[in-house]
Amino acid sequence: MARHCTVKIFVLLSLFNLSFLVSTNNIEDKAGQFFNSGHTNNWAVLVCTSRFWFNYRHVANTLSVYRSVKRLGIPDSRIVLMLADDMACNHRNPKPATVFSHKNMELNVYGDDVEVDYRGYEVTVENFLRVLTGRLPASTPRSKRLLSDDRSNILIYLTGHGGNGFLKFQDSEEISNVELADAFEQMWQKRRYNELLFIIDTCQGASMYERFYSPNLMALASSQVGEDSLSHQPDLAIGVHLMDRYTFYLLEFLEDIHPSSTTNMNQLFKVCPKSQCVSTPGHRTDLFLRDPGRVLITDFFGSVRKVEITMETINLSSPMEPLPERILSEDRQRETQYYVDQLPVSGIIHQVNTRTHARTRTHARTRTHARTRTRTRTHTHPPPHCSGTRSYYKVHQLRHSADSDLHTSPLSFSLEKFFHLRTFLKSPTLALVLKQQKEPH
Amino acid sequence: MGLLSDPNRRRALIGMLTRLNAPICMICYMAGVAWFMGLAFEPFTLRTYMSENAMGSTMVEERFPAGERALATGREFAAHKKKTGGMPVDWLVRTMQARGLEVYTQRFSRKLPFPDEDKERYMVKGTNVYGILRAPRAPRTEALVLSAPCSPGNENNQAVGLLLGLAQYFRSQIYWAKDIIFLVNEHDLIGMQAWLEGYHHTNTTGMDWSPLQGRGGSIQAALSLELSSDVVTSLDLVLEGLNGQLPNLDLANLFYAFCQKIGVLCTTQGKLPRNDWDTTSGYSHAVQTMMLMVLKQASSRPWGDHGLFLRYHIEAASIKGVNSFRQYKTDATTVGRLLEGMYRKLNNLLERLHQSYFFYLMPSLTRFVSIGYYMPAFGLLALILLLRALDLWVQLSSPPTRTTEDGVEVVPASPGVLSILTPLVISHLTGVALYTLPVLSQELAVEHFPVSETEAVVLTAIAIYTAGLALPHNTHRLLAGEGTEQGWKVLKLVAVLYLAVLLGCTALINFSLGFILALTLVPLAAFITPHVPKTLSAVVMVILSPGLTLLFAVFFFQELQETPVTLQEGWMLYLSVISQGILDHALYGSLLYPLAALLVYPCWLLFWNILFWK
Repeated sequence: MARHCTVKIFVLLSLFNLSFLVSTNNIEDKAGQFFNSGHTNNWAVLVCTSRFWFNYRHVANTLSVYRSVKRLGIPDSRIVLMLADDMACNHRNPKPATVFSHKNMELNVYGDDVEVDYRGYEVTVENFLRVLTGRLPASTPRSKRLLSDDRSNILIYLTGHGGNGFLKFQDSEEISNVELADAFEQMWQKRRYNELLFIIDTCQGASMYERFYSPNLMALASSQVGEDSLSHQPDLAIGVHLMDRYTFYLLEFLEDIHPSSTTNMNQLFKVCPKSQCVSTPGHRTDLFLRDPGRVLITDFFGSVRKVEITMETINLSSPMEPLPERILSEDRQRETQYYVDQLPVSGIIHQVNTRTHARTRTHARTRTHARTRTRTRTHTHPPPHCSGTRSYYKVHQLRHSADSDLHTSPLSFSLEKFFHLRTFLKSPTLALVLKQQKEPH
Repeated sequence: MGLLSDPNRRRALIGMLTRLNAPICMICYMAGVAWFMGLAFEPFTLRTYMSENAMGSTMVEERFPAGERALATGREFAAHKKKTGGMPVDWLVRTMQARGLEVYTQRFSRKLPFPDEDKERYMVKGTNVYGILRAPRAPRTEALVLSAPCSPGNENNQAVGLLLGLAQYFRSQIYWAKDIIFLVNEHDLIGMQAWLEGYHHTNTTGMDWSPLQGRGGSIQAALSLELSSDVVTSLDLVLEGLNGQLPNLDLANLFYAFCQKIGVLCTTQGKLPRNDWDTTSGYSHAVQTMMLMVLKQASSRPWGDHGLFLRYHIEAASIKGVNSFRQYKTDATTVGRLLEGMYRKLNNLLERLHQSYFFYLMPSLTRFVSIGYYMPAFGLLALILLLRALDLWVQLSSPPTRTTEDGVEVVPASPGVLSILTPLVISHLTGVALYTLPVLSQELAVEHFPVSETEAVVLTAIAIYTAGLALPHNTHRLLAGEGTEQGWKVLKLVAVLYLAVLLGCTALINFSLGFILALTLVPLAAFITPHVPKTLSAVVMVILSPGLTLLFAVFFFQELQETPVTLQEGWMLYLSVISQGILDHALYGSLLYPLAALLVYPCWLLFWNILFWK
């Protein structure tokens, strides 16, 4: 018996080796994709802004997205869930402790374990903006904070009743599209995100993202300006609509996603065509630097760790350039002075466009360095399939401009270098790479 | 406002208004009447729609299965009612307890001011039984009421049976967010009045009742069920409550929506909605429906047991089962499912019904006219009064100077206060007599004349009313001597403005009453002077007086209900309507009788006074 087992294991192992040998050929390509997205952690802010039993569907919308992101690996500690009402415990719910997304009761999106961070009257415009911008009272527990950094990809999902340019919060106040755009700009300036995916399911949803001006934002909405988003799944037993059309099909789409899916954003844009939604879903990608076709769904909806186990030694031939110690120590002394210019309000108001571009460049530059350096460690030459893509081309261009900056303002450049190094060292991706590099040796 | 502040233009405007006064008044009157008749014309009305978000649609699964069992319970109730010869209190308490309700009773007694011959009651004693179904998972802050009357004879047994059947079914559901109170009230509105006063800790009519032992939350909505047959052909919705109050239109919309969904024929004023508005018969059908509503509303009495809820701002309606000769019958299960659906939707309410209209007229169950559309009809009539007042004011402010034989211009002396005040006071005293004497003097009348108490009250009222015609004219001469030309003009100015304010206020509270009064009193107020032919004018005035308006309204109402009556029957009906009006005032606080006796009648007397001015 034991022998039989050994044989089996042996066969399995040899099979494994075989497949590994096949895959080694393109291992370097994979390593290229490995650093495709510059993020190291994922966050989600999911908000349902309406209360009352007849808005059951909005709670179900939010919970269905919550279910998806949780299933794809974002832990509760990195999800800020805001629900304005508790439908599972509503007196009128004929099926207590459940929230269904489907009228044949297939899917209970309330699940077994829901951690609501902001509930009931806590769901206000003020709290929402404070969560986004991180300006919460010191007493706020960590679970109620968005503790993201400039390596974070954030998913923001909103649903509720809205109109042209606003979203109602609990029938008492509303957030305008300008306020929302400014909040994202603040987040950008406070380096609270790397990339941000904004999804809104409300009437005239497209009006909510039309004022965005901060970089690295991708936005989706369930309907165009002048259109109503419609509900779906009327359920006679529960007596309300269970979900809104857009989120219903979004959930259907997300249910097929698993952590290793290579589905990209272009497929997400095709969710719920007008024939299903009745409204016309919209999206906006002009602020986003990468090609949506190269952005994985799991870059936002999941928390996919960049881990690939390889037995192969990857030759990262050019080691990281050590920064001159002298500059580093100098920078450390001047570090506090840099943050004085953190929120130049007049700059936002008067030179929105120029600033936006400038910032985009700076940030891109930041990442460029991190990435190119990683690349140079990974490959001696940039892989050809990468250099052809738009994003890589952009990166190169920006890099040149960054180099030209070197001569004009050496101080800012060195500071930037310092920050790159810091983020670089902090980034778990790098740590893992380093670790992997060590292990085979 | 330049038009009025510029003296020349103002003079021109006023000149035009006074010169063209009579034609403008005629046009206004005709336009007002035409506008009102246009309200029943379908293109001018709006289709009813549900405004309340929380109720939304009829998206509910009605699963009430036990119509037959409910009817059996109804028969059991009938048997016990017959055995006890009244409300079978013990049986009801036991039955409700068996269905898992918290059951309480309330005793009440009431002595009527005079015997009610229609319903044969004088000293009323009774018991209300109600059971509360507590919302299983919600705080006890809100409640809904379903009531059925325990009527004498074989009436409404099925209603009680269905109520108990629904109680049993509702008890097994877990989605109730409001307490549901199942109430069986005795002596129809008197029991309802006692229960509502007990529930709200008020006592407006000096009634005796025992305090309620158990209460639910604040009542959000109530339905009163009247069902006297095992199957029905249609359900009639009754909305008109005390003093012409109506429930929020959404309640009617909800009822209609479920009728549509479940496929039950539904009517209001006993009339089905029709689609052929472009034909004469279709239009006259709509006019009839609307006129019935106007007349019922103007009567200021509750037209179902729901009528008293409205006083407490509880949206309520009565649903009456009608069993006519139509082929298509609806069984009790279906009626139960309709009620289940309605309660399920009312259960979803988050606030009181307030999104839709409170002031409306319904030319059919599917169409409504809101206050914004019907008020201009009244406004056009009221405008006549203001124009007449303006005319009189202009005449008074520039008195025509008479040149005497000596060539000395004599400005007629302005009339003394007394000459105006005297007719005002005397006509109002007549009104007070009309209001108080009939009830106070009933014993005296019964002693001296061979009549019953009820007849005594009604006939005294008519006698005082008629006596008023003889009494007050020329009263001003008692104190002020000869009446002057200026005198009657001032009196008429006062009377016209008085009438305008009176009708305006009435129409705001009860449009139908205000409009009917305006229709009769405004032309009379417009043309009466001492110089018109006396006899003819007197006849016209009597015909247009409030008392005869009521008589015509009784005949007209019977005609509209397609139960025409002979003169004799009509007269008997008229007497009973008067006695009911006085009783409604004494029992429930209906305002029509005091309004007519203390304000409208004296106002009419003022014009009568002007006609006979000397």
